[in-house]
Amino acid sequence: MSDLTELGVAGLRDGIRAGKFSAREVADQFIVKVSKAKALNAFLVETPDHAIAAARAADEAVAKGETLKPLAGVPIGMKDLFCTKGVETTAASHILEGFKPVYESTVSQNLWDAGAGMLGKLNMDQFAMGSSNETSYFGNVISPWRRGGGDNAPLAPGGSSGGSSAAVSAGLCPGATGTDTGGSIRQPAAFTGISGIKPTYGRCSRWGTIAFASSLDQAGPMARDVKDCAILLENMAGFDPKDSTSLNLPVPKWEDGLSADLRGKKIGIPKDYRLDGTPAEILNLWDAGVEWLKDAGAEIVEVSLPHTKYALPAYYIIAPAEASSNLARYDGVRYGLRDLPEGANLQDMYAATRAAGFGDEVKRRILIGTYVLSAGFYDAYFTQASKVRTLIARDFEIAFSQCDLLLTPTAPSAAFALGEKSADPLAMYLNDVFTVPSSLAGLPAMSVPGGLDGAGLPLGLQIIGKPLDEQGVLNAGLAIEQRAGFVARPEAWW
Amino acid sequence: MSVDTATVKKVASLARIAISDSDAERLAPELNNILGWIEQLGEVDTSSVQPMTAVIPNTQRLRDDVVTEGGQRDAVLANAPQGEHGFFTVPKVVE
Repeated sequence: MSDLTELGVAGLRDGIRAGKFSAREVADQFIVKVSKAKALNAFLVETPDHAIAAARAADEAVAKGETLKPLAGVPIGMKDLFCTKGVETTAASHILEGFKPVYESTVSQNLWDAGAGMLGKLNMDQFAMGSSNETSYFGNVISPWRRGGGDNAPLAPGGSSGGSSAAVSAGLCPGATGTDTGGSIRQPAAFTGISGIKPTYGRCSRWGTIAFASSLDQAGPMARDVKDCAILLENMAGFDPKDSTSLNLPVPKWEDGLSADLRGKKIGIPKDYRLDGTPAEILNLWDAGVEWLKDAGAEIVEVSLPHTKYALPAYYIIAPAEASSNLARYDGVRYGLRDLPEGANLQDMYAATRAAGFGDEVKRRILIGTYVLSAGFYDAYFTQASKVRTLIARDFEIAFSQCDLLLTPTAPSAAFALGEKSADPLAMYLNDVFTVPSSLAGLPAMSVPGGLDGAGLPLGLQIIGKPLDEQGVLNAGLAIEQRAGFVARPEAWW
Repeated sequence: MSVDTATVKKVASLARIAISDSDAERLAPELNNILGWIEQLGEVDTSSVQPMTAVIPNTQRLRDDVVTEGGQRDAVLANAPQGEHGFFTVPKVVE
């Protein structure tokens, strides 16, 4: 039997529909691949029964000649931030160890309703706080990629959706869910040579997704190519009355709308993203991206986003402030860990539980968030950051009066080695410099692989669109994908 | 603005996270490093700007004030570290 795990979401869907292979064969092959890839530590929980049940339903529908659901029999990976009914959901934290939700998140439910099956829950940075997947309580995810020349140093798969990026790039699943608060879909996609899109804030329901920073958190797909991202996003997005910030708009047919013809489109190149110290290889790839988009018919214009340098500091006030509030719910009473020292009172129990249950990075952000929201500092920090956020969003509005889309690098470096940045929180935060501004403005943005650096590691290009213009973003992504000719895959060592 | 170990302990207490003296000493310079970097926001003139409250203009929806999902006591308690007689239990709060 041929290796079906070589196929992406579209290839699997179409093959099952055409009766070329059964959904059960697909599920079985991926289940074996997942079970053999323990060295990557990408999966926290494996759920073969879930994938097999979805496959069986798809095969029965094929046998009966019924119309198949949009993702019938396609098995995917689910980031552990999404609550899955009866399946342990921890956000890679100790404080939620053993938590089995009694409900299903809207995004995962939408995918199951579309016929997809789940191969398992994917490792991530604890509570989605991190850019390297080194803050998981359950150990680092190891990138399937290695530098060339016999350098076997374990590399970061990016974060926070590091289990998702590692699993997709290693071929353990054709696609996975991610979440993006400041770049957590796009940066790991760039580090592992896959595609990922964060839609406009409000496209995907946040209901049942463990909250980090609610004004920024957005779910999105990660997959091998742009078309697969379009298919998955169509089946994740949609209005949800249970999320007060969900957008009450129909979900466009993004797959049908795919077109790499960019004639008539203007692409803005933000000069403020040309930072000192950015490696030449990244700048060269950016230049190549400009040429590819020109070749697709687009006109290139230079634009300015003058408040870019303030985006990261504003983000590191707003996100921790929201996190400190959101994570107040972990109190050792309603779910998760409880640490009750001998003779402790209720307040002692809260403090002991949270000290034992949260990792260092989570504590750091809760403390910063608590500090910037505390009496006397609220205006100087939180209000000022929220005003700067207005200016950052306004920068984009002005830029989009001159162009349709923006092209930038996704990250200022290729994947770094595990341990290389974890000692310095600030150095780690700076890795999100290109992804955070569009998160603050709630804009759709995607990363597509563009090429390899000198060490043989993938580099990504980012396309940022106007609110609700996922189609424009996907189309420019497709134009780059067709011209970059990126086919590199990590050699299996695991 | 710089935080000392006493401030770190006060903030940790507000956040209900137990920290030791050595944790506080380790965290103070770390937090100062981050807060020092954040402080550059102060140089932006925001005198004529409103704080951003919604990324996409969206009106707050209201629903009817009725029970939509009631009577699920066991499901609500299913993940409680400790529960008795259909309630969450905590250490004695009232003497």
